[in-house]
Amino acid sequence: MVWQTIKRWYHMLGSPRYFYRFSSALLPWLTPIALLVFTVGIVWGLAFAPSDYQQGNSYRIIFIHVPASSGALMGYVAMGVAGLVAVVWRMKMAEVMMKAIAPFGAVLAAISLATGALWGKPTWGTYWQWDARMTSMLILLFMYVGVIALQNVIRDPRQAARAAGLLAMVGVINVVIVKYSVEWVQTLHQGSTLKLLGESTINPAMKYPLLISMLGTWLLYAVNVLVRARTEVVWRERRSKWVRKLMKDGGQ
Amino acid sequence: MYFDSITDFIAMGKHGFYVWSAYGISAFLMIASMLLALRGKRQVRQTLARQWRLEDMAKQQAQDTACRQQSSKQTPEVNDESGT
Repeated sequence: MVWQTIKRWYHMLGSPRYFYRFSSALLPWLTPIALLVFTVGIVWGLAFAPSDYQQGNSYRIIFIHVPASSGALMGYVAMGVAGLVAVVWRMKMAEVMMKAIAPFGAVLAAISLATGALWGKPTWGTYWQWDARMTSMLILLFMYVGVIALQNVIRDPRQAARAAGLLAMVGVINVVIVKYSVEWVQTLHQGSTLKLLGESTINPAMKYPLLISMLGTWLLYAVNVLVRARTEVVWRERRSKWVRKLMKDGGQ
Repeated sequence: MYFDSITDFIAMGKHGFYVWSAYGISAFLMIASMLLALRGKRQVRQTLARQWRLEDMAKQQAQDTACRQQSSKQTPEVNDESGT
């Protein structure tokens, strides 16, 4: 029973046409919600949350640094899973998703590095150090760029997806290294104060705006991925009747 | 609001430069990514519209030529009949 439901979902989400229809219904309300949640989180963090007793106001960079970093990591895992499905089962929608996930993931990884450097200067006295967390995060950015480059360099989209899928899968190991680097080895970067399970060690007055801006960032990521995936679906299915009809009717 | 005035808010203690450039870079990159995604969408639509227009024109032309060939084949027969 469960197995059959999973199988049905797999086939439904695997259908470009179904995905297009589904995302058409989703985007008009997901986009404003994402913008609203993100804005609330950021404004709350910047203007209303208390300042840190040690760092003063420079800590407010956390409200974009942590959401961007978490988004970049989760995005990479999602891209790795899509890569696995694309390589093993040759599912078209997995190829599409892999391509749609990469660009904003690279953007978030770059934001994580840039905001981390700008936070490091007033806090540690340096923009950069080759410690395990920062170095592995830089490698994450390079992995994203590598996946994007592979998809664009190889002309045949299906072959490109296979190569990029392999790279995406291998890179998931690096995500694990990023995540646990602060626990395994001595790093300049601090450990996490936000825990899904168990007690967080961050002040609740800072925790709530942080959680909200994280959710907002993930939702904006989802919007970006959907827009890109829809474009890719239209291009790949351009010879099919439904795309032709949709475009001629001036459909969104 | 945590700050006493807008000036305080912009100053961020002594860390205004770091905080605001961090948010500036982030906003720039995220907006740029969204605009690029929308540009991609527009480009695909334009490319397809152009391609389909050309295909339709080619089809129309082929049909026209076929019609003309057929009518020019028929014309002599009509002429012959009227001549006799």
